[in-house]
Amino acid sequence: MNNKIIKVALVGQPNVGKSMLINSISNARLKVGNFSGVTVAKEEVYLTYKNYKIEITDLPGAYSLNEYTIEEKVTKEFLDNSPYDIILNVLDSTNLERNLFLTSELLALDKKMIIVLNMIDEAQKENIQIDEKQLSKILGKPCFKTSAAKNIGIQEVLEAIVSKYEDEKLPSKLIFSDVIEEEINNISNLFKDTGFKTNCTYRELALKLLKEDKQTYKIFHDEPIWVKLQPVLNNAFEHLNIHYDTKNVEDIFNDEKFAFAKGAVTEIVKHNISTNKTITEKIDSILIHKIFGIPIFLFLMWGLFQLTFVLGNIPMDMIDTFFASLIDTTKELLGDNEISSIIADGAIAGVGAVILFLPNIVILFLGIALLETTGYMSRVAFLLDGFFHKFGLHGKSFIPLVTGFGCSVPAYMAARTLKNEKDRLLTLFIIGFMSCGARLPIYVLLTGAFFSPENAGNIIFLIYISGALLGLLAAKILKIVVFKSEDEPFVMEMPKYRMPSFKLIRHTVSNQAYMYLKKAGTYILAASLLIWFASNYPKYPLIEEEYSIKIEQAMSEEEQSYLSGKLALHNLENSYLGKIGKFSEPLFEPLGFDWKMSVALETGLAAKEIVVSTLGILYGLGEDNDENSKGLLEKIKNNIPFASAVSFIVFVMIYLPCLAASMVFAKEAGGWKYLGYLFVFTTATAWVFSYIAYNITKLIV
Amino acid sequence: MTLDKLNIGDIAVIKAVNCDSELKNRFYSFGIVKGSKLSVEEITLARSTMEIKIKNTKVAIRLKEASKIELFNEQ
Repeated sequence: MNNKIIKVALVGQPNVGKSMLINSISNARLKVGNFSGVTVAKEEVYLTYKNYKIEITDLPGAYSLNEYTIEEKVTKEFLDNSPYDIILNVLDSTNLERNLFLTSELLALDKKMIIVLNMIDEAQKENIQIDEKQLSKILGKPCFKTSAAKNIGIQEVLEAIVSKYEDEKLPSKLIFSDVIEEEINNISNLFKDTGFKTNCTYRELALKLLKEDKQTYKIFHDEPIWVKLQPVLNNAFEHLNIHYDTKNVEDIFNDEKFAFAKGAVTEIVKHNISTNKTITEKIDSILIHKIFGIPIFLFLMWGLFQLTFVLGNIPMDMIDTFFASLIDTTKELLGDNEISSIIADGAIAGVGAVILFLPNIVILFLGIALLETTGYMSRVAFLLDGFFHKFGLHGKSFIPLVTGFGCSVPAYMAARTLKNEKDRLLTLFIIGFMSCGARLPIYVLLTGAFFSPENAGNIIFLIYISGALLGLLAAKILKIVVFKSEDEPFVMEMPKYRMPSFKLIRHTVSNQAYMYLKKAGTYILAASLLIWFASNYPKYPLIEEEYSIKIEQAMSEEEQSYLSGKLALHNLENSYLGKIGKFSEPLFEPLGFDWKMSVALETGLAAKEIVVSTLGILYGLGEDNDENSKGLLEKIKNNIPFASAVSFIVFVMIYLPCLAASMVFAKEAGGWKYLGYLFVFTTATAWVFSYIAYNITKLIV
Repeated sequence: MTLDKLNIGDIAVIKAVNCDSELKNRFYSFGIVKGSKLSVEEITLARSTMEIKIKNTKVAIRLKEASKIELFNEQ
């Protein structure tokens, strides 16, 4: 009897407060393990209650079990094939009729079930009175009024889970309208009269026949009873057709579910409808206003953007300094050797680069969580769908795309909000066109070298805008060529506005941050070690010795730094990375790049920040140049032709984002092959556009 | 008459839903079924998307999809 496991499947329509409920139930005993399905995550929560270990699986929100969205597929898949003891069906008390539609489908599964009427506090506010005892009788399942937000009724639900588990299962009551019940009776009677032998109940069989279940018909076809059954069935269908005015059985049973929900609601709900506008309606009249709606949205987005990158910069600087000093201390402690280099320059630098983005991620996900839980997200989708639809995108694509201007990693993750798989893939493919923050140093460096300071800012703005426009264009082309599909219909609920729960938001954001650190951290650690190795090996001890003697003998400090720069250049040129650069040089020649620029692009695959430092090293300067150094600007100006610089900018604008982002992309798109496609697509596009830009600039200048 | 022809503030009753069963099921789960009464709450400036209210549920719907919902002529 000790520690028996009860498996509970938490099912409900979207926006009924499922996650809130699971939070309230598990309270401080919360231990969340995230295991993802295909793309949409189910969450599992474990808790102990009265010697039982209760395992609750929080299934994604589903309006019905029709498999229309990914969420619905995941939910149906779980309910059909996974082991669980009890269904915990959560309903929104303020919208019972629509919620009961799902309940009627769940009843058909014939499992132990508990009904939770959530958000009962809101229902009371809206003068909705619900007789849950009567509902219990109608459904044959225990019903509880709860409010996850106000912590009402939670204890009773826990208690019910245990007692339901201990009790024998009662047969489900799913009663249809008289017309269908009559036909069920007629068919059942025939079975009874002939004494037909079967494992199912007569009622189940009759229902399957009426639902035109192919499997059942196949079985009956070979039975002698078929002769007697046929006229009864013909009769039944004739009756139904006349009564429902349709021959489509699916329609009839959908109508039934609806009638069931409607009937139940008229019996149990008393609603004093007030003619006053609800709060949601009042807010909506401003937020989705014909004219003000979009400016308000743009302002909010701008605010979130500012917050992410202004506020996020404060801890970023601190983290940056922290890791820089950590690297220095490590090197001091371990001395100047291979081990200290691999730990400091490889592992710490690589992991530090990931943690650097954590503040951005947290703020951005906080923003997104707020948008989602308040219900504003659906309004934005409503406002933008028309414009986005023209480019083959869905109204919901906007969040990942805007996020992409900051950093592609959270942008790829934000694309999860898209339901349709093709829409999601399309969005994932064009996120890279939104120039991320890490590309800015490259733009600053090159525009600074070739344009006057007053113009440089405008040029950078132009780069960002043309990137975005190119992205929309690419979306259109991809939609026509690759992601050919019927347009995903846009039919979406606009949920009530709700105050976000602090607890839930904290939980979501910290979970996201943890997942980010875990995923990107493990991948980037491996990748940084690899790149460290490729840029440091093979070693040339003879040459290094030669240089170190020269450096010691050098007269001035200037000469010393010149020599050590030259050594660094030699080492890099002959490292594996340098060899790759030389090898790939012919590929980039038509774009006007020399091998140094080629290497810079290739190291940029790891992180865009590396491009600048690589250029710095390769063009004969020390390692510690940032984009503002005067010397570097001069060198760039003298060594790189203008046309090559333009073509370089175009290439950087389009090609693959950093390694961390690529890993996240593969994860979110659902396979490594997609990363392959993305690599080919972006590189080819980047190459073609760079080629065009290079040649046009050469003609003009 | 179909839903996409309505304007803000119009109220109508659904006569039929003419589309494939996948989308029809989607409509069903929002309560968009034969005999239901709906009102048009908002339409975007470009007349591409509309917001309708049906019972207690608000649904955003593209006008292309709205054209599949047939209504009884207003009284």
